[in-house]
Amino acid sequence: MIVIKNLKVNLGEFLLQDINLEINSGEYFIILGPTGAGKTVLLEAIAGLYSILEGRVWINGREITSLNPEKREIGIVYQDQALFPHLSVEQNIAFGLRVRKCSGDEIKAKINDMAELLRISHLLGRSPVTLSGGEKQKVALARALVIEPKVLLLDEPLSALDPETKEKMQGELRELHRRLKTTIVHVTHDFEEAVALGHRVAVLNEGCIAQVGTTEEFLRQPSSEFVARFALSRNIFSGRAEDGRNGNALVDIGGVQLRVVTESRGEVHLSLRPEDILISEEMLQSTARNCFHGVVSDITDKGSVVYITVSLPPDFICLITRQAFDEFKLRKGMKVWITFKASAVHVF
Amino acid sequence: MNKMRIRRKTDSMSIVFIVLGALILLFIFVPLLKTIFSSSPGTLWDTLLTEEVYSSILLTVYAALIATLVGLFLGVPLAHVLARHNFRGKRFLEGLIDVPIVVPHSAAGIALLFVFGKQFFLGKLFGHIEIGFVDAVAGVVIAMMFVSVPFLIDSARDGFKAVDVRLEKVARTLGASPWRVFFLVSLPLAWRNIFSGSVMMWARGVSEFGAVLILAYHVPFLGGHPTVAPILVADRFASFGLDYARPVAVLVILISIIAFITLRTLAFRKEKA
Repeated sequence: MIVIKNLKVNLGEFLLQDINLEINSGEYFIILGPTGAGKTVLLEAIAGLYSILEGRVWINGREITSLNPEKREIGIVYQDQALFPHLSVEQNIAFGLRVRKCSGDEIKAKINDMAELLRISHLLGRSPVTLSGGEKQKVALARALVIEPKVLLLDEPLSALDPETKEKMQGELRELHRRLKTTIVHVTHDFEEAVALGHRVAVLNEGCIAQVGTTEEFLRQPSSEFVARFALSRNIFSGRAEDGRNGNALVDIGGVQLRVVTESRGEVHLSLRPEDILISEEMLQSTARNCFHGVVSDITDKGSVVYITVSLPPDFICLITRQAFDEFKLRKGMKVWITFKASAVHVF
Repeated sequence: MNKMRIRRKTDSMSIVFIVLGALILLFIFVPLLKTIFSSSPGTLWDTLLTEEVYSSILLTVYAALIATLVGLFLGVPLAHVLARHNFRGKRFLEGLIDVPIVVPHSAAGIALLFVFGKQFFLGKLFGHIEIGFVDAVAGVVIAMMFVSVPFLIDSARDGFKAVDVRLEKVARTLGASPWRVFFLVSLPLAWRNIFSGSVMMWARGVSEFGAVLILAYHVPFLGGHPTVAPILVADRFASFGLDYARPVAVLVILISIIAFITLRTLAFRKEKA
């Protein structure tokens, strides 16, 4: 378990302050925030790589606030992977074991186990410079995990990857966490990533923690305008994907079945942008495959745009312009149809 | 069908720049090549076998090497500090390091004499452990070091700056102490810069004239009292004229060029490996 109390860090332009967090052992914890919120610095402060002004940090009951980074047993993986370019993949992974003065046989055995777990055995002899983004990420993970750290810190590990690799790596991370049960703190600016991976999420904004909780809690009761913005940016659902007609999948999200385009089957998460949903009084005859009847349950006026919550149930958040809102004279309790294309639903 | 070739019209600027560039290249290489080919190999060989000449060349090469090694030992840590830490007056300090390059080297020799002379502070201090600088090999070394170490420090600093800080950070989390991070990560990655800086420093040391002239003109070395090669060239020219000075000049140029090319090739091969 990681306990952080009243952490304060000078970021130059502003302060990271009043950081209080309790992260359970074996938890996959997400720190979510926009670029420049101080996420990376928070990770580096936990790892002892960034000097702090105030506050204390414990890991598994032991205070590590004044411990040097090499004594903390915390692994870190950066967005750009930071592999040692002068060493081979194998030597990269062996680095932590070497400085711990492990025997040659032990190093070999551990590297092989880790390489097998991450399916990178064929890369061991290569130079990291020649690897693809996803491969580099796996090597960086192997290097951090092979020393069996108490905590693994991931700094935007998926942001530099192309969408396809990103999705695969997400699966790998989930699987890795399930097997190794290492406590993971994962920093990201991507709400979908947080939903897909995190047990709990802390939202960090301008150096302060805005809210800590599960993603469902964020969606149901955002504690601040800032968290609400994250929550309003996407409709997030989860359910089981099953075979539908014509190769499309059907996902039951509790009440309604959505048509989506995906090869995945089983438990999936779905996201849908509020601006991709059409609202109409009559049922629309169109090529869009998803069309449902519901009731306007909430209206959030943002000036030039208006967020309309349509309850089927579940709730769908729709974004329309002020002009459209005025013309349609939408009010609470009105019965409307919502329409969106199967391909507008992102499966992750 | 004929192979299509699209040829852009060469613009006037490129032509002017190429001509000007060729002029400066001629300016650099013609004197060097003309000097090298002016003496017959026989004359060169005979000159090299003169004790005055070979002991001078050995002294020059040796003293420049010692200066470079001391420069590495003291300069690389400074370079690392400059690359990794920010502090007040850092800009000023970096400028100060380059001062030896811009001051007249005879003035640099006088300045060194004021500190390392027998009656002055450091001279006295080293005097206690039987190291003298005035008219001694150690004096040649510090004269060369003073005027050439900025090349090494600047190059090493740029090398360390180019190493991603995150590599060092990751190494720390993997259990390496700052010392081990330096030797396992920073130094190997900055090595090429440090090496080429060393080559520059050595070559600059070999060619030093003014500071050595003031501080250590003739020094006891290998049983004789040679002076460094650049001074020998000037001495011979002043006393006996061009014909007598030229073969030594050729030898010094050849040795510098060969050493320079060899070391650069080594460094380049290291990068490829």
